[in-house]
Amino acid sequence: MADEPLVLGIETSCDETGVGVVRGTSLLADAVASSVDEHARFGGVVPEVASRAHLEAMVPTIDRALQQAGVSARDLDGIAVTAGPGLAGALLVGVSAAKAYAYALGKPLYGVNHLASHICVDQLEHGPLPEPTMALLVSGGHSSLLLSEDITADVRPMGSTIDDAAGEAFDKIARVLNLGFPGGPVIDWYAREGDPEAIAFPRGLSGPRDPAYDFSFSGLKTAVARWIEARRAAGEEVPVRDVAASFQEAVVDVLTRKAVRACKDEGVDHLMIGGGVAANSRLRALAQERCEAAGIRLRVPRPKLCTDNGAMVAALGAEMVARGRAASGWDLSADSSLPVTEPHVPGDHDHVHEVSKENLYS
Amino acid sequence: MLLLALDTATPAVTVALHDGTDVIASSSQVDARRHGELLLPAVDRVLAEAGLRLDAVTGIVVGIGPGPYTGLRVGLMTADTFGLALGVPVHGVCTLDGLAYAADIEKGPFVVATDARRKEVYWATYADSRTRLTDPAVDRPADIAEQVAGLPAVGAGALLYPDTFPSAHEPEHVSAAALASLAAEKLAAGEELPAPRPLYLRRPDAQVPKNYKVVTPK
Ligand SMILES: [Zn+2]
Repeated sequence: MADEPLVLGIETSCDETGVGVVRGTSLLADAVASSVDEHARFGGVVPEVASRAHLEAMVPTIDRALQQAGVSARDLDGIAVTAGPGLAGALLVGVSAAKAYAYALGKPLYGVNHLASHICVDQLEHGPLPEPTMALLVSGGHSSLLLSEDITADVRPMGSTIDDAAGEAFDKIARVLNLGFPGGPVIDWYAREGDPEAIAFPRGLSGPRDPAYDFSFSGLKTAVARWIEARRAAGEEVPVRDVAASFQEAVVDVLTRKAVRACKDEGVDHLMIGGGVAANSRLRALAQERCEAAGIRLRVPRPKLCTDNGAMVAALGAEMVARGRAASGWDLSADSSLPVTEPHVPGDHDHVHEVSKENLYS
Repeated sequence: MLLLALDTATPAVTVALHDGTDVIASSSQVDARRHGELLLPAVDRVLAEAGLRLDAVTGIVVGIGPGPYTGLRVGLMTADTFGLALGVPVHGVCTLDGLAYAADIEKGPFVVATDARRKEVYWATYADSRTRLTDPAVDRPADIAEQVAGLPAVGAGALLYPDTFPSAHEPEHVSAAALASLAAEKLAAGEELPAPRPLYLRRPDAQVPKNYKVVTPK
């Protein structure tokens, strides 16, 4: 059992209700119900709408994941759940479900860190994570550079955004260009036919005295909006494809440059990229190019594993079981600002598990 | 019959076991901010007190509110998932009905009101402890003062607004014991209980962002 634990993972930190099942580092099921359409008209995720949708979607999504995996809940070795960071109310729905499920089935519960899960998911695609691995996580909610020595116990923050997340900048520019929500895929699509060098947009925090691994996308966002408004004010047509390509280039240039530099500085020869923005085709291409030039092995999971999902939570849960990490207590709570230095939330558990033992199936 | 009842629609986190005749164990804690942390340990304690395991339960009863959403969902999600894992039915009971039952008033009419925050109450009127007269609603106390004038009232929402509810009294919060007893009575009588879906009564707060902010200085 210890080598190839069978774990079900639940993710509800934002607008995706994700339930995944993994055996060790093998993906068995990845069921996702998204409420993204309900948020589209608001131009961003509305927390209460997301929480309501999680409650309705949870049981059917668990059912679907078990069916896809072709396993019985009784055979699971553990239940993992995103304990944070994320939207507090949304997280709480998933944590409540995971606790009830683990308790009713008599299985250990693992409350895990959302960011560490984004890194660990790559095990399902490319096999065991090299130690150490440098990870660049980019999405609508996060932009971080993390050094993982041991994904279950030792994740060190190298840098992160000081203002907007990269994905957020994509959403905002898409809105300025009237391209709808979410912005990532549509900007990527227009950018393919645009010239990335048409407009020289600024690269945030890239000066010699700026922090080496932190990001800033707020200034870029303002510069792009100002450029578009100037065209509109002059009665000129806005070259949407060139703007998209040049904006996107400014984002991915900074992301990949800093990630590669962090690898070199720390002597790490593996870089993984995760999070929703990792689906961006230009980010993948430029990262590949720069990693090759620097002798770094690049690992990027397929797009569906990069966006929020339950399989990534299950992947980290399975690693917790395999490495004998302590389970969480039944009093596990959702922590909207769980620090990345805590890959999981172990229980104060001697007491809690002692009390429960008699009530569990065994 | 062994019913596990729970409610998190009010500041109380409350759990009870009912064997079809009596409540055999129960727990109630009042802490509006820690529903998520307190509920599972409370279930565990109640089962231990009764010397039973969760798989002995034949049905789940859950308070469906109305109540502040974040806490309300903790109970509903827990009940839904227990039902899935154990393969037993999950019954909903309006939380206000549980409070009315606990009030034990044979001849009304009377009002049940809980705190809906934002200076509003969730409320309904009852003919007696088992008979609701109006659909649960959410209102400002002053706006319903005429409708509830002269009626006895129970619940934290009534106790909170003495101007509207001058004769408010206990019980303040719902108890799962009352919820379980009410459900057991109704099930024994062959009555159908509502689906375990939340009574939110308000639309989600959602600000539609205005057209993007112009950043070019004028
Ligand atoms: Zn994420």
